[in-house]
Amino acid sequence: MSVAETSIPRPSLGRLFWVFLVMGATSIGGGVVAYLRTGLVVRQRWLDDVTFVELLSISQTLPGLNATNMSILVGDRLRGGMGALVATLGMCLPGASLMIAAGFLYGAGGDGPWSKAFLHGIAAGAVGLILVVLVQLGAKTLKTFADYVFVAATAVAVAFFKVPVPYALIAAGIIAIWWHRPRDKDVP
Amino acid sequence: MKQLWDLAGVFAYLSLLTIGGGMAAFPEMKELTVDTYHWVTFPELLHFYSLGQLAPGPNMMMVASIGVTVAHIPGALVALVAFFLPTGLLTFFVGRLWTHLATWRWRPAIQTGLGSVAVGLVLAGAIIMGKGAITQVFFGVIALAVFLLLWRTKINPAYPIVASGLIGMALHYFNIA
Repeated sequence: MSVAETSIPRPSLGRLFWVFLVMGATSIGGGVVAYLRTGLVVRQRWLDDVTFVELLSISQTLPGLNATNMSILVGDRLRGGMGALVATLGMCLPGASLMIAAGFLYGAGGDGPWSKAFLHGIAAGAVGLILVVLVQLGAKTLKTFADYVFVAATAVAVAFFKVPVPYALIAAGIIAIWWHRPRDKDVP
Repeated sequence: MKQLWDLAGVFAYLSLLTIGGGMAAFPEMKELTVDTYHWVTFPELLHFYSLGQLAPGPNMMMVASIGVTVAHIPGALVALVAFFLPTGLLTFFVGRLWTHLATWRWRPAIQTGLGSVAVGLVLAGAIIMGKGAITQVFFGVIALAVFLLLWRTKINPAYPIVASGLIGMALHYFNIA
């Protein structure tokens, strides 16, 4: 661990579960990261901003959703393996219960014309939401012209030429990582 | 029983593709759940995905809805565990290693390189989703309006998305869509 190992707080597992459960139940409308920062850095003071950003960058690089990856990393940091488990369960429980209920309701008549019209509307709205996520992710990630080429090549291959995602991921990933490879001049 | 194994296999595989967010796994999710296994239709997948954006917490809890459709509660639990356990374990162990890699020369290259590929996968997901959701010009207007609103203001995304649903119902009422 990076700075001041001794100053890491040790909340009880029950408290950890509760705090993540509340965040898991209230973070409506995506943007879980903002709720996590408010909850963990501002309210509980379990993390400082530097650590938060460091853990977030790990979450974003690894596969898995930001919300669950952050729960695992923060839970592990505060209370080890059990901490990671209860934090993740707390984060997932409310949304998972709701979506299980949604699955049953949908099966029991969700394909009526009115609910179809509503769902078709929110699907169009969700496309707008994804575009915003895309622009924000892009503004943070894409620095050079080559990065935009990697984005376009990956998207076109997958969306239009039906290249299976793992092939696209491995091929474009290796080329992009090689493009950004450490050069000798980078070493002081 | 075989269905539960199929669910486990499909969602464990999909979870490994969620680099840069759940949307990155959307193209393969459509391929497998709609075209290969016929668990849901494409409109159903779009509906579950969009409903999932309204649920609190991680935004891919809709895998539980697909699990319910296939095999009720056991299906939901298998889909959830399969979708979150493999990447969860990976994050747990790599997270412990990561700080030791702080000075590794390849770390920034991997972070930047994978970053742009991840944006490409999210864009591919958005294109595939858009093809299914934007069937008429009105739905394109809804998507554009939500995009501009969320891009320019700090409004909670849940509001414009619920509003989109209500507009969808209004379009239905006036027989426009």
